Amino acid sequence: MITCLGDMFFPEVGVAMVRLLRRLGVDVEFPPGQTCCGMPLFNSGYHADARAVAARTVKLFADAGHVVVPSGSCAWMVKAEYPGLLADDPALHAEARALAARTYELSQFLVEVLKVSGVGSTFSGTLTYHDSCHLLRGLGESRAPRTLLRSLEHGELVELPGSDECCGFGGSFSVRLPEVSTAILDKKLASVEATGADCLVACDAGCLMQMGGGLSRRGSRVRALHLAQVLAPEGPP
Amino acid sequence: MSETSLGAPFAARARGALKDAYLQEALGIATTKFIGLRRESFEDFPQGDALRDRARAIKEATLQQLDRHLERLADNIERLGGRVHWAATGDEARDIILRLCRDKGVRMAVKSKSMATEEIELNEALEHAGVKPVETDLGEYIIQLAHEKPSHIIAPAIHKTKGQVADLFSKELGGRFEADPEVLTKVARAELRQKFLEADMGITGANFAVAETGTVVLVTNEGNGRMVTSLPRIHVAVMGMEKVIPSMTDLMVFLAILARSATGQKLSSYTTLVRGPRQPGEMEGPEEFHLILMDNGRTRQIAGTLREALYCLRCGACLNVCPVYRQIGGHAYGHTYPGPIGILLTAMLKGAPSVKELAHASSLCGACKDVCPVRIDIPRMLVELREHLDTEKIAPWTERLLFGMARRMMMRPSWFRRGASVARLAQKPFARDGRLRALPLFFGKWTATRDLPAVAEKTFSERWQELRRP
Repeated sequence: MITCLGDMFFPEVGVAMVRLLRRLGVDVEFPPGQTCCGMPLFNSGYHADARAVAARTVKLFADAGHVVVPSGSCAWMVKAEYPGLLADDPALHAEARALAARTYELSQFLVEVLKVSGVGSTFSGTLTYHDSCHLLRGLGESRAPRTLLRSLEHGELVELPGSDECCGFGGSFSVRLPEVSTAILDKKLASVEATGADCLVACDAGCLMQMGGGLSRRGSRVRALHLAQVLAPEGPP
Repeated sequence: MSETSLGAPFAARARGALKDAYLQEALGIATTKFIGLRRESFEDFPQGDALRDRARAIKEATLQQLDRHLERLADNIERLGGRVHWAATGDEARDIILRLCRDKGVRMAVKSKSMATEEIELNEALEHAGVKPVETDLGEYIIQLAHEKPSHIIAPAIHKTKGQVADLFSKELGGRFEADPEVLTKVARAELRQKFLEADMGITGANFAVAETGTVVLVTNEGNGRMVTSLPRIHVAVMGMEKVIPSMTDLMVFLAILARSATGQKLSSYTTLVRGPRQPGEMEGPEEFHLILMDNGRTRQIAGTLREALYCLRCGACLNVCPVYRQIGGHAYGHTYPGPIGILLTAMLKGAPSVKELAHASSLCGACKDVCPVRIDIPRMLVELREHLDTEKIAPWTERLLFGMARRMMMRPSWFRRGASVARLAQKPFARDGRLRALPLFFGKWTATRDLPAVAEKTFSERWQELRRP
């Protein structure tokens, strides 16, 4: 599943994910017609609209095996919110629950389902990792991404102080209260730069848009990359 | 108060707070300290999680039979010789206190820290009626001297640096005091001693009230709560109706997690248990004890969407971890209760339209839910509040239109693709090296401080055609 921000702004993340999964022997399919998981609508309170999008997405993935999403928040939306949103329609509700059960955020899929603890890639330099809110507090995941990052040859993972604190993105929050969002971001980026890392890794398109946008504006030498881009930087897809 | 005016819209108040260097310094230090203390105290406390579940269950069960517990509490307090007053609204609660002051010839009232009395703006009403209210909690004392409002539920003067407090004391109390917390505390202590002895009435809130014993419980750190409840001849406690708990055993559960969540203490320095007025043969205590049970919008939420907010213990942990609160402080919220829980409590007390803007003052990061001692799902309730504002058309029509368009794009892949094509054309004049640095109109809200990646030449869906294997 490749959702809106990933599709439009970060297609290279999706490509890296395909490359990575294929390298690990996974047969990758991409059901056509995907748009967005509906979280922007849901979080802003447009629940009837989010329900329609959820129903559509559930249908789209009806025949899929495992569904892998390179974004903790979208995975959380499917796993935690779809069943509740579609609770009034018994058939859809059952489908939503089934989809929720077989949907995984990328790092969780690699570690829990494929049981890999490393992918044999190389990264020269130091990395630091930001815990995205929905992956950390929603899906309860902090270990899988770190396990995978530690497996990189020549790479060194340095812990980011306050890695569990929000980057200030928050979807529409980032433009509803841009100054507050930016103040939160500035604090985060100051911590990132203080680690001396070459690369800031996250598992969510929203956080990467926020932190990457801030780093780029600062002219920082730190690059913001998705986990998939670090684990499978190059090679044939 | 920081430079911000309460008349301004929330966004303007928040911007003002971001520019307030003193506020930023004070908030950063204090919230970071609270977060660390709380974390450490729960790390050493393996039974903490189970107790939090238990505390939540007690709150849930108590609310199911709130009337029964309240009646039992009232019966027990009356049996001990106290008076119980029922107040449907904040106005009623205030009037009861003012009437008591008038009837009993009260000229000065000492107060221990209480958010319930802040909620009904009691100090202003007392002053207006010719009764001098004196705050005796150090933080509240500072705030009262400065003619401000608390900016945190448990640390009312959290927005002030020690330098600011020293300047305030020097100006208001006469003298020249150095910015040393110990010195300043001694100054306040000396000032307050006399007030305790002079006051006719002591006014407190209540952290809990135990129905089975008629005990009002105060959790404090400075000992002022004891003086307020024992020295003046009348003690009035004001509490929200949801604060009743069934038994002393339940109280132990809450006490084990409350101070840990608030300040990282195992227990607060003082836990004051008050059972009615002075009993025959007792050496100390007030001649009269009054408990005001205040509804003020609470009971209608027992079956409402804000129900969980009634579990709140007022520990302030959610404020300390909230990325928004940590940037803007409590005053910018503009209401008695700040922070994430404050948005919900404000909606409860003043109605949903009053938090039209505040409902969006959260990135929904979930840190508040994580630290809440009774696990209130604050982000979920904020989202539900937003839904209410949308369906009741309280949200601006421009926003509703925008999200309506977003929905159409999400429902139709062809529109979604066309949206990407249109964006690619529109961004041409602004894009450099795949980045957009300055965009007009609405998009400028992002690009004022952050670069935006340009919409890719080929979206992932478009690239999939080359990626797919036959």
